[in-house]
Amino acid sequence: MAELQFREALRQAMTEEMERDESIFLIGEEVAEYNGAYKVSEGMLEQFGPSRIIDTPISENGFCGLGVGAAMNGLRPIVEFMTWNFSFVGMDQILNNAAKMRYMSGGQFNVPIVFRGANGAAGQLAATHNTSVESIYSTIPGLKVLAPSNPDDAKGLLKSAIRDNNPIVFLESEVMYGMKGEVSDDPDYTIPIGKARIAREGKDVTIVSHGKVYWSAMKVADRLVEAGYDPEVIDLRTIRPLDIDTVTASIRKTNRCVILDESNPFASISSEVTYQIQERVFDHLDAPILRITTKDTPAPFARNLMDHYMPSEEDAYQACLRVMYAK
Amino acid sequence: MEAARGSAHVSHVSHVQTSKISVTFKGYSAGSYTHTELGLSDEKVLDMYQNMLLQRRFEQRANQMYGKQKIAGFLHLYIGQEAVSTGAATGIKIGTDSLITAYRDHGHALALGMSANECMAELYGKVDGCSKGKGGSMHFFSKEKRLFGGHGIVGAHVPVGGGIAFAHKFKNDGGVCLAFYGDGAVGQGAIHEAMNLASLYKLPLIFIIENNEYAMGTATDRAFGQPEFTRLAVGYDIPASQVDGMDVFSVCKAVQDHAAMAREGQPSLLEIKTYRYLGHSVSDPQKYRTKEELDGKKEEDPIIRLKAYILENSLADNDALDALDDEVKETVKESVEFAENSPFPDLSAIYDDIYDESDYPYLN
Repeated sequence: MAELQFREALRQAMTEEMERDESIFLIGEEVAEYNGAYKVSEGMLEQFGPSRIIDTPISENGFCGLGVGAAMNGLRPIVEFMTWNFSFVGMDQILNNAAKMRYMSGGQFNVPIVFRGANGAAGQLAATHNTSVESIYSTIPGLKVLAPSNPDDAKGLLKSAIRDNNPIVFLESEVMYGMKGEVSDDPDYTIPIGKARIAREGKDVTIVSHGKVYWSAMKVADRLVEAGYDPEVIDLRTIRPLDIDTVTASIRKTNRCVILDESNPFASISSEVTYQIQERVFDHLDAPILRITTKDTPAPFARNLMDHYMPSEEDAYQACLRVMYAK
Repeated sequence: MEAARGSAHVSHVSHVQTSKISVTFKGYSAGSYTHTELGLSDEKVLDMYQNMLLQRRFEQRANQMYGKQKIAGFLHLYIGQEAVSTGAATGIKIGTDSLITAYRDHGHALALGMSANECMAELYGKVDGCSKGKGGSMHFFSKEKRLFGGHGIVGAHVPVGGGIAFAHKFKNDGGVCLAFYGDGAVGQGAIHEAMNLASLYKLPLIFIIENNEYAMGTATDRAFGQPEFTRLAVGYDIPASQVDGMDVFSVCKAVQDHAAMAREGQPSLLEIKTYRYLGHSVSDPQKYRTKEELDGKKEEDPIIRLKAYILENSLADNDALDALDDEVKETVKESVEFAENSPFPDLSAIYDDIYDESDYPYLN
């Protein structure tokens, strides 16, 4: 184990996999000579050269499509978005060509490709630069959607994603790139896709979360512990396929659930998790499921409005008390 | 003051330079090439003739079976454009080189040597179809023949073609990619992004515009401020040629030349002038063009042209050509029987071929 930043864990995953498999290349805006807009790929050009670490013009549709074609023809591209907000101009390549090519070709063409980059809100960037995309992409069969919350998971999941034979949407965060944590240095360290992590075991209430907002869930849990409760925190890690079994097993124990989700609320990850919970363990619920999300608005710019827009730890804490009928 | 400003604009702005256009343009007119000049044997010419006939008879039967409601969904027919697919396929190394095209894809599939059986069965949505009944008319694929689809979103497959070419270059396997699209797709941003990337990365890629003059019902001069498509190559500094798509030899020669460029790392653009005799799809009333225009184009028919060439050059006589046609008719008839007799996919197949693994936990 070594203490690494989130960005270093991602870089280590890519570097180890590229050393192992020569068909892997990294492509995106500023990934090579600039060393990555967020320094995730720092030093990789020097190590792997310009044939495998490839700068692009600002052409998301073009370079996403290029990645899909390269994947169909035997390579394993990693496509970096500076942020996922910019994926929307290349979205057709992801949700039509990457996701559906295997199906429409009757299984003849795999598309082993990883699309990765920063997701979700990152401060006062206004509405177009603060979108959480997980509910948009996870509705598409053919894609897998991963959202690690810490450096170790980032490494293990990215290595799994690169080795996977399917198109992967891999969600990071500008805010988390500098976060440090202990990371496995095993070159074959992989975390299975589709497995949630029980971050804190408890028996009174289940808090479900993923990605950056997981850290809010942990703070809420700390406050609940201080107040004498015993919460369980689940980090989904993978959004699609969703590890609903880990969630429902927890609810069979706690009978209560609060979901923290950085998506806009309508048709969000929290909507889906809630539906699947009531479908499977309705009789085990002692209270309605509550969720704390971003507001049902575009992200605002003004500092006070942006703070108000984000999922509130106080609201989440209060929601936990409510489902426990503690207030 | 105004005059001074005007003169500054002309003579004192030293960083503004006059462009030097280095792009080369060539024309491949009809009737310019003999088969021997192209390195094609007499027998190969007869194969090409038979292949073009196969495309036409196949689609005539498909149209008929659509009318009988045996085939559903969209059906975009290629009739009139057969010299483009056959000429292009003759100009490349099938099995090494790659091809990707839009939704009017039956001709390309048959030209690459995919069987009438697997193609007709796909139109029927049957399990023996080339995409196991998952793709239909617009989505023919063959890994073996390196047909990377049949694609239904206009223009979106062209960057994918760029990626196929990128992989050829990355692997240094000597292959090139042909990316076909229609005149209508030229308006899509994806095309222009792909042209820039191909030029930038020196991809072994040929952009091939099959200009059949109409994007559905919109004539090119109603869709483009500048409808001379070869001029687009200037913006990306790649060579461009215009080709008469009614002469299979002109197409073959152009593709041979441009594939050779691609193998040297030079992407390029081909505009192939062609014409579709039928509507955009089978439900098109075709009010956007006159019967006289259509009849005029049929005078240039690529199959009749090749037949005349064969007879003039005594490569075969009429009886021999009729025999080839009879074989084609039999092949197509059998393909209909094959498609009729092939089963529909099992209902469980709805979950097959989405992900590489078979144990994905689908919601149900």
